[in-house]
Amino acid sequence: MTNDRSTFAPPTAGWWPLFGWVSFLTFVFTQVYAVLTSPADRMMGHMQKMMYVHVPAAWVTFFAFGIVLLASVAFLWTEDERQDLLAASAAEIGAVFCALTLILGMFWGRPTWGVWWSWDARLTSTLVLFLIFVGYLALRSFVEDPQRRGQWSAAVGILGAINVPIVWMSVKWWRTLHQLQSDPRSLEPVYLRGLLLNFLAFTLLTVFFIRRRYEAARYERAAEHASQAAALGGYNG
Amino acid sequence: MAFRDDMRRVRAIVWKDLTTERRSKAGFNAVASLGVTILVLFGFALGPDAQALRDAAAGALWLAVLFAGVLAFNRSYQVELDGGALEALLLYPGSRWAIFAGKVLANLIFVTAMLVIVVAVGLVLFQVTVPEDWGKIIGIMMLGVIGLVLLGTFYAAMSSRSRAREVLLPLLLYPMLIPVLLASMEATKAFLRGDLMNQAGAWAQMLGAFDVIFLVATFLAFEYVIEV
Repeated sequence: MTNDRSTFAPPTAGWWPLFGWVSFLTFVFTQVYAVLTSPADRMMGHMQKMMYVHVPAAWVTFFAFGIVLLASVAFLWTEDERQDLLAASAAEIGAVFCALTLILGMFWGRPTWGVWWSWDARLTSTLVLFLIFVGYLALRSFVEDPQRRGQWSAAVGILGAINVPIVWMSVKWWRTLHQLQSDPRSLEPVYLRGLLLNFLAFTLLTVFFIRRRYEAARYERAAEHASQAAALGGYNG
Repeated sequence: MAFRDDMRRVRAIVWKDLTTERRSKAGFNAVASLGVTILVLFGFALGPDAQALRDAAAGALWLAVLFAGVLAFNRSYQVELDGGALEALLLYPGSRWAIFAGKVLANLIFVTAMLVIVVAVGLVLFQVTVPEDWGKIIGIMMLGVIGLVLLGTFYAAMSSRSRAREVLLPLLLYPMLIPVLLASMEATKAFLRGDLMNQAGAWAQMLGAFDVIFLVATFLAFEYVIEV
C-alpha cells in the first residue's frame, strides 16, 4: 500500500463553495434564458424546451463516465486511493444524470413519437450504460476491503467503458429510428445558444456535485481509517 | 522458456478443473439440466404455435445457455475457495495470466459441452429444421461462447469472492454481454432462415472483433483482479 497520511486527511473546502454558487446561478440563468428566448417549435411546440435539460444531462453522463475511466486507469497506475474515490463519486453522479436523461427522454418521446420507449441505438445504449453504472456501484457496495474494492471496481469501470461504443455499434446495426443527432447545422441559432449555455451550466454543476461527493467519500475513508487505527490502539492524531 | 512453462501451467489447471468435474459430474449435470429446463419454460412462454417457436428458437437457445452458464463461472472459483486452494494456486510460481487462461479453457469446454446438449434439445423442442450451412452456425456459436466464457470467467473472479455473489455476477455480466448476445442471436437467426440478406457475416465479424478486444482486456486486467 502506498497510501500516505494525506489520503486520510479530510479534504479542504477551499474555493469550492463559491464554485458551487456560481454554477448554481449559471444554471438558473441559462435555463431561464433558454426557455424565454426559444420560440415554440413548429413540430413539437413547447416540448422542445425539454432539450435544454435532456441533451445536457446526456452530455454530462458521458462526461462523468469519462472521469470514471480516467480515474480508474490512474488508480491502477498510481495506486493512489484518492483516484478510486474520485471514480466512485463520478460514477454515482453519472448514474443519476443517466437516469435523468432516460426519464426526461421518455417524457419527451411519449408526445413526440407516441411511445414511451423505442429500441433504437441511442436509447438502448444509454440504458445499457445505466446498467453498467449500476453494476459498478453494486460491486462497490458488496466489497469491504478498500484495496480490493478499488482494484475490482477500476477493472469493471474500464471494461464497462470499452463496452459502451461496442454496445452502441451493435444496437445501431440491430435497428435504428432515433431522430438524427441535433448538430449545430440542423439547429436554428436561436435554439443553439440556449443549448450551448446549458451544456456549460450542466458541466459546472456536475463538476461541483462530483467534488462534493468526493469530499464526502474522503471523510468516510478518514473516519473508517481513524476507527480502525483507534481499534488497534495506535492512533495519535 | 518462461512462456512454455506458463503453457504447462495452463494445461495443468485445465486438466485439474476438468478432472474435478469429471469425477463428481454434479456440477455439469445440474447446469445442463437447468439449461434444458429453461428451454422448456421458453417453450411454454412462446408456445405451442410451431412457427412462433421456430422464430424465437435462436434467442431462446442463447438465453438458456447464458442463464445456465452463469452458474458455471462462479462454480469454477467456488470449488477453489471451498478447498482453500485459491491462495495456494496464487502462491505457485508463474504468471497470473496462466491461471486465467486455464480457467477460461476449462470453462470453455464445460460450456461447450452444455451447449451441445441444449442445442440438441432445442432443435427438437422448437421444431427447427437444420439448414444447409450448419457448419457456419457452429462457428457462430463458438465465437459467442468464447465471448461469454471470457467475460464470465473474468467477472466471476470478483463476484465469487464477494458478498451476494449470486446476484453480483449476472448484474455485472449481462449488460456487458449484450453485444455478444445480440450478434450471436442475430447471426444464428439469419442462418436458420437461410441468410437471404447476407447479414450473418457482418454479425460474425462483430463477434470476432468483440472476442479479440475482450480477450486482450480481460487478460490485462486479470492480474489486478486476482491479486487482492
